[in-house]
Amino acid sequence: MGLKTAALKKSIWVFHVACSPCNNCDIEILDLLTPRFDVERFGITLVGSPRHADALLITGVANRHVTPRLIQTYRATAKPCVCFLFGACSSYGNFFRGSYNVPRRIDEIIREEDPNAIILYIPGCPPKPEAMIAGVVKALSIL
Amino acid sequence: MQVFYYLIFPGFLFAAVAGLLTTWFDRKVTARVHYRVGPPWFQSFADFFKLMGKEVILPENAKKTGFLLAPIVALAASVLVATILGLSNWSYDNGFVGDIIVFWYFLAVPSIMIILGAGAAGSPLSAVGSSREMKLLLGYEVPFVIVITMIIFKAGSLSLGGILEYQLAHGPILYSLSGVIAFIVALLCVQAKLGLVPFDAPEAETELGGGAFYDYSGAALAGFKLSKAILFYSLPIFLITLFWGGVRIDGGIGILWALLKYILIVALITVIRNTNPRLRIDQAVKFFWGWMTILSVIAFILSVNGL
Ligand code: SF4
Repeated sequence: MGLKTAALKKSIWVFHVACSPCNNCDIEILDLLTPRFDVERFGITLVGSPRHADALLITGVANRHVTPRLIQTYRATAKPCVCFLFGACSSYGNFFRGSYNVPRRIDEIIREEDPNAIILYIPGCPPKPEAMIAGVVKALSIL
Repeated sequence: MQVFYYLIFPGFLFAAVAGLLTTWFDRKVTARVHYRVGPPWFQSFADFFKLMGKEVILPENAKKTGFLLAPIVALAASVLVATILGLSNWSYDNGFVGDIIVFWYFLAVPSIMIILGAGAAGSPLSAVGSSREMKLLLGYEVPFVIVITMIIFKAGSLSLGGILEYQLAHGPILYSLSGVIAFIVALLCVQAKLGLVPFDAPEAETELGGGAFYDYSGAALAGFKLSKAILFYSLPIFLITLFWGGVRIDGGIGILWALLKYILIVALITVIRNTNPRLRIDQAVKFFWGWMTILSVIAFILSVNGL
C-alpha cells in the first residue's frame, strides 16, 4: 500500500449527490455530519464541489431526469474516487424497483460510464448514521 | 546558501510543515469549540498527499496555462514570504532597506493568483469567487497599508529588521494605545487575507461550492491549499514581528515565549472564525473601508502624537 492510498484512506472528502431520494436518507446524512458523530475524526469532510471529492454519497433512485446529471457529476469527480450508495433506494431500487420512471439501477449506470468504478453499498431505509460510519470505515479497511 | 534558505529553512520545507500543523491546530480548536474530538494531528498532511496523488481535471473552457500556473506562482510567492520573514527574525540585519514593502507586495500575490486562476477556469461559480476575492483584496488592503505605514513611521525604519530593533529598544509596539488599535485592524485584515470566516465569501463552500477553487482538483488544488497553509503560518508571525517584538530564538525561554505568542494569535484567529457568521461581500468591503479604515487612521494619528 503506497503513500497515496494510505493518505486517501485517512482523508475522504465527500460530495453529496441526491438523485431524487425521499429526503430521508439526506436528513440522515446531514445528521451524520453534525458534531454528535464527528466524522472529521476519520478525516471525512463535506466539500461543495465534485472536483474536490474523493467519495460521492449517492442517495435515491436515478430517474430519467437525474441520470445524465449523475453521469456528469461522476465525470467531474477527480479519480480515484469511491461511490457510496447510501440507502436501499440507491443500492438496489427499494420499492421503486421496476417502476416506470426508474429504468436502471445506479450502480449499472456508473459501471456503464466507468467499468472500474469502486462502488460500495450501505443499505437501510434509511441507514442510521452509526451504520453509515460502520459501513464507510469497513469499506475503507478493505480498500 | 540562498537555495537552502528558500527550500529548507525557513523556506519551503519548514514553512510547509509548520503551516500544515497550524492548519491542523485550527481545525482541532474548531472541533473543541463544537464540542467534538476533531481530526488527528497528521490530517492536513494526509489531505495534502492525497490531493497530490489525484487526477488534475482541466475544465473544457479553461485557459489551461493560466489555470495551472496560478497555484505554482501562489505557492512560490508564499514561500518567499515565509523566507523573508524567517530570515528577518533570525538575524536583524539579514534584510535590506524596504523589505517590508517587498514583503507586502508578495503577500498580495497569492490573492492575485487566486483571482487569475479562478478567472481562467471558465465556470460561473469560479468567476463569482474570483470577483469576490478581488473586491475583498481591494477592501482589506486599505486599512492594512495604513497600519503598516503607521508602524514604519513609529519605528522610523523601512525594514523588518529595523522594526524589530526598534521594538527591542523601546518595547513592543503592541503595548501602546495606537498599537492595540492597529493590532485589532491588522488581525482582521489577516483574517481576510487567509480567507477565513467571516471573510470567506470568495470560497463560500455552501453557496459557491468552493468558489474560487471550484474547478481546481488534485495537485493544483494542493498547491493552493499549501500556499494558504504557509500563509497561515507566516501571517501570525508577521503580526508578532510588527507588533510584539518578533520571534527571538535565544535560549529556552525565548523559544517558549515565541511559541506562546504564536499559539495565542492563531487561537485568536480561530476563535474569531468560529464565533462569526459569513459576511456578504458588500458588507465585508463596507466593514473594511468604513470601520477598519477609520480605526487605522485613528491609530495613525495617535501614534504620530506619541501615544
Ligand atoms: S432508502 Fe428509504 S429513506 Fe432512503 S431515499 Fe430511499 S426510501 Fe428514502
